[in-house]
Amino acid sequence: MTGDSTATRAEVCVTAVVDAFRDDGEVLASAFGTIPAIGVRLARHLYAPDLMISDGESRLVGGTWAVGTRPEGDLEAWVPFRTIFDLVWHGSRHVMMIPSQLDVHGNMNLSAVGDYHKPKAQLLGVRGAPGNTVCHPTSYWVPRHSTRVFVPKVDMVSGVGHDRARAAGPGATRYHDLRVVVTDLAVLGFSAEGRVRVRSVHPGVTVDRVRENTGFPLDVPDDVPETRLPTVEETRLIREVLDPKGLRDREVSG
Amino acid sequence: MADKRMTEAEVISRLRSGMTVGIGGWGSRRKPMSLVRALLRSDVTDLTVVSYGGPDVGLLCAAGKVRKLVFGFVSLDSIALDPHFRAARQSGSIEVAEYDEGMLQWGLYAAALKLPFLPTRAGLGSDVMTYNPGLRTVADPYGGDELVAMPALRLDVALVHMNRADAAGNAQFLGPDPYFDDLYCLAAEQAFVSCEKVVPTAELTATAHPATLRINRMAVTGVVEAPGGAHFTSCTPDYERDEEFQREYVRAAGDPESWREFERRYLTGPESRWPIPNLEVPA
Repeated sequence: MTGDSTATRAEVCVTAVVDAFRDDGEVLASAFGTIPAIGVRLARHLYAPDLMISDGESRLVGGTWAVGTRPEGDLEAWVPFRTIFDLVWHGSRHVMMIPSQLDVHGNMNLSAVGDYHKPKAQLLGVRGAPGNTVCHPTSYWVPRHSTRVFVPKVDMVSGVGHDRARAAGPGATRYHDLRVVVTDLAVLGFSAEGRVRVRSVHPGVTVDRVRENTGFPLDVPDDVPETRLPTVEETRLIREVLDPKGLRDREVSG
Repeated sequence: MADKRMTEAEVISRLRSGMTVGIGGWGSRRKPMSLVRALLRSDVTDLTVVSYGGPDVGLLCAAGKVRKLVFGFVSLDSIALDPHFRAARQSGSIEVAEYDEGMLQWGLYAAALKLPFLPTRAGLGSDVMTYNPGLRTVADPYGGDELVAMPALRLDVALVHMNRADAAGNAQFLGPDPYFDDLYCLAAEQAFVSCEKVVPTAELTATAHPATLRINRMAVTGVVEAPGGAHFTSCTPDYERDEEFQREYVRAAGDPESWREFERRYLTGPESRWPIPNLEVPA
């Protein structure tokens, strides 16, 4: 199928999120950020009807609703935070988080930049990242692919990468499953050795540009495909149903 | 049943410097803000604070009350970061014990059950292990994986805010999430529950399901009737977060001059008054 050539970069990013979740089956799809939120709802609407999606507070709801609005679908589960924690440790969840820093092994930092005991920049804290990454599939969303985010070594390992999981042993590796890193420039995955590897570059983006904006040596296959364009139906749903106000363009422009 | 009603000042009079204080709620949601303000006005200091942190942590940091923070995050939800907490960390003025959110729950639960620790995968491989050098792993005695032994987080005092309670301390949440307030109470030597309204026991379940009675009186030392007591954080369905006042809080924290003015007007000045809006709390 040919894609919709009118698609914007933000819409290409949405479809990359769709493809990250479309084969997940009956799990909780937790997506942080506007484009991931659009992506999981679109994935469920078109391809993965069994996905379960939160209203952002404590309810899992059906239906397909626009970002920035309240859902109107059927309430199908009550999931206060303690139930979310149960689901995290049970493993029936795929999360897409926004890293402040990410390194070549997939270690991720949400906590603090600089010296831990007197940080240059205090961020949110580790949140659920340590547990998420050793208990269920984890993907990342990077709205601005840059050397600020993709660093040789993260300052505080909040989400666990491949090298650190291996070093910690089977307790950490048993359910460790880093999936995809979607950025505004490319889709990244991991090599067999667990190093960040380019899967595709978005239309109009060169591999060199991705390299220049990555602070560590990237694993690049000989032939790098282009990230697929959304279908005409996907762009219609994004523009008319999921994000009529264009909130996605505030996250990624162009 | 004992009548455990008291004022915020009476609650705080039972606190001592150096204590470990757990604060319920989550981020900028259902925080016991009137109790926190009473704590700000007291001489009690040098506290270890355990919290899913929001402006409770920010205010206590700004007042220099915190020696050590035990946390998984500090956030104002609609505004990602709390400026006072950031300033305290970036000046190196507080000690921290940072845990995964689920580990924090496990620590409270272990304390509630009087267990020394509970096992979990969360933390393995992360720098939570590096920066909590006392944290240990434990071998599965049945031959499985090596896991983190999350130690009990025993509290001297718990401060939580609920929607309703009776005078004996049976307390109810009516919003979307109980958070972990019942665990804070069970993990503490003394637990104090503030609430929007104290009602006769029978009224608690006149229309609400009994499952909303999340906190039982045997875990409660004192009850404070505090209408608007969570303001400016949310206390759904009684009121939502006061976003405008939260923005004012963040703006004021931006420089020392405006923060002194904020303190003078709302917190510690002789004429200070917290601007609780008129809240129509239903019976």
